[in-house]
Amino acid sequence: MTATARARPPRTAQAANVFAALGDSTRLALVNALSDGSRRSIAQLSAGHPVSRQAITKHLRVLEGARIVRQERAGRERLFALDPAPIEDVRRYIDWVSRQWDARLARLRTLVEAQA
Amino acid sequence: MTGDRIEKQVELKAPVARVWRALTDHEEFGRWFGVRLAGPFEPGKESTGQITYPGYEHIAWRATIVAMEPERLFSLTWHPYPVDPDVDYSAEPQTLVEFRLQPLDGGGTLLTVTESGFDRIPAHRRAEAFRANEGGWAEQMRNIRRHLGEPAA
Repeated sequence: MTATARARPPRTAQAANVFAALGDSTRLALVNALSDGSRRSIAQLSAGHPVSRQAITKHLRVLEGARIVRQERAGRERLFALDPAPIEDVRRYIDWVSRQWDARLARLRTLVEAQA
Repeated sequence: MTGDRIEKQVELKAPVARVWRALTDHEEFGRWFGVRLAGPFEPGKESTGQITYPGYEHIAWRATIVAMEPERLFSLTWHPYPVDPDVDYSAEPQTLVEFRLQPLDGGGTLLTVTESGFDRIPAHRRAEAFRANEGGWAEQMRNIRRHLGEPAA
């Protein structure tokens, strides 16, 4: 990774969208259902859920908005598939923030322990 | 690392008074954090400055000081990494950073830093009314990683 890439962390808003999109048990279940790489229709995704098809459609729209799920057309049917990249991005973002704190705290330690 | 919250704990070989000063004196804070601050920290007030850490000098520092409880708690909210000077970040989520100090036997200090609220959504999307999640974020991330075939970290 170049220094430039390190100096350009991902946008917080994008990460927040992904976090928020995943912060719902129905949506998480939908992500889980698609995490085997399959493409499924709304009917297939609605099966086994206590909520209406309309509700599932709404949840899928939120996941699409965060680009976690994308729509594909297969003839007359709309199929949904998972894109794991945004979830990976969020994980990298949190890892990046975490490393920033490690570095800062190491510098803090140097400062306060120098005069001990 | 757990979900939308980062927690770091370090034992420092320095008394709480010393650590407190390094955290809350704006010039000392600037030295280890890598920021040149315009003025002292004050609860409820905005703190502004310029990042001085190599590679990040183009980033402005802007935070709001939340609490300053002497030698116990120092906290602030901020936009973690606004990078592009042409973008208005005011609608983006802010995270809460908390520094908690505890004296240790032998004169040292246990410092706990947490940064939380990464899942806070921009105000214009709040109307979508996300429901409280079951099992919490850490559990969800584990689930997702498991399903994506990765080791749970």
